[in-house]
Amino acid sequence: MSTAMLYGLCSAVLVGLGLFGLIVHPQPLRKILAFNLIGGGVFLLFGVVARRGAGVGFGGDPVPQALVITGLVVAFAATALAVALLLRLFEQTGQATLRLDG
Amino acid sequence: MAFDTGLVLLVLGVAVWTIVARDTFAAVVGFVAYGLLLALVWVRLAAPDVALTEAAIGSGVTGVLLLGASTRLRRTETSGAGEKPGITLRLAAGMLCALVSAGVAAIVLKFPEPAPTLAPQTAANIVATGLGNPVTAVLMAYRAIDTLLETVVLLLALVGIWSLAQDRVWGGFPGPRHHADLEGVLTFIAQLLVPVGILVGIHIFWIGSVAPGGEFQGATILAAMWILAMITGLVDAPPVSRRWLRLMLLAGPAVFLAIGLAGFAMTGAFLAYPAPYAKLLIVTIEVPVMLSIAAALALLVAGPPERRPQR
Repeated sequence: MSTAMLYGLCSAVLVGLGLFGLIVHPQPLRKILAFNLIGGGVFLLFGVVARRGAGVGFGGDPVPQALVITGLVVAFAATALAVALLLRLFEQTGQATLRLDG
Repeated sequence: MAFDTGLVLLVLGVAVWTIVARDTFAAVVGFVAYGLLLALVWVRLAAPDVALTEAAIGSGVTGVLLLGASTRLRRTETSGAGEKPGITLRLAAGMLCALVSAGVAAIVLKFPEPAPTLAPQTAANIVATGLGNPVTAVLMAYRAIDTLLETVVLLLALVGIWSLAQDRVWGGFPGPRHHADLEGVLTFIAQLLVPVGILVGIHIFWIGSVAPGGEFQGATILAAMWILAMITGLVDAPPVSRRWLRLMLLAGPAVFLAIGLAGFAMTGAFLAYPAPYAKLLIVTIEVPVMLSIAAALALLVAGPPERRPQR
């Protein structure tokens, strides 16, 4: 098995783990955290695709690498917005829960 | 290969920790370690540009944001206990996630041979951009539209966060005021680190045209230095209604868009640079873009206005 393949399988497990956390954790902050874990796995998959595309003197295909850089920044922006919404919810209601009956 | 196997086990171990840890703060600490380990993985995958970004944004700035949030939400920690799903649901979720993982793994194992790649096209055209770093060339030339839209996404996220402010503090200072403990170790470290960090950030940005680095990584380091100065109380966050702040945030996307539109006149296509001036134009875009990204990242961490602006 190649190194890239090993990391590819690692990314598959990370996506599953993150998804599990997203479903079973009742606290919104833990869901945000789990979602970022999934993100790490998905970006890693891109990295594997890039690594497999190595050639002409490049260690990897620069196009998926650049996409990941853009993705990381956008993921951070979305996380920051989610955290701000959560903190506002806490400020407004005194609790941080997604229960509908409050 | 032994190193890679060990690294994968570490990454998976830390990932499991961030999911199973009881304490949210501990889970976030696990996430920061996860990001740093992933940065190592990126080095192993021959992607040093991504490694820098992962360490700076994925681990560092996201870590600060989540650590801050977990501290503020600490007293809600216990209230969620009653909402924990039952064993049946957890088992079902576990099986579903195992299935998803297996699906992704199956795709990984069935990747086409030879692997599709755009590396030859990038290599063939990189001379025209005047850049030496293929990733920067992709970000600033071939896929410049992604980068332009990304700077806009950051602004939209910031507008979203600011609009969560209460009416009475609108236009005010973001986040709580941190007071500097002038005798403290943290303040001392911040005073020592911030000037060095700013230099490192500018260096990483400048070197990005020929070596791993670039405006995102540089901007994140600059943002991190600003955040450090804010949380140690050395400087206060500026009120969000300040004109210079708004101009700094808009400069990057505005210059980017203006040069993009000028592409119509110069070469007949949006965001196309005429070959002899490509590098000059790219650097002209990158400098304000870096400042705008740095400001946006720092303010995204600082959060919505919480204190009234001074009159």
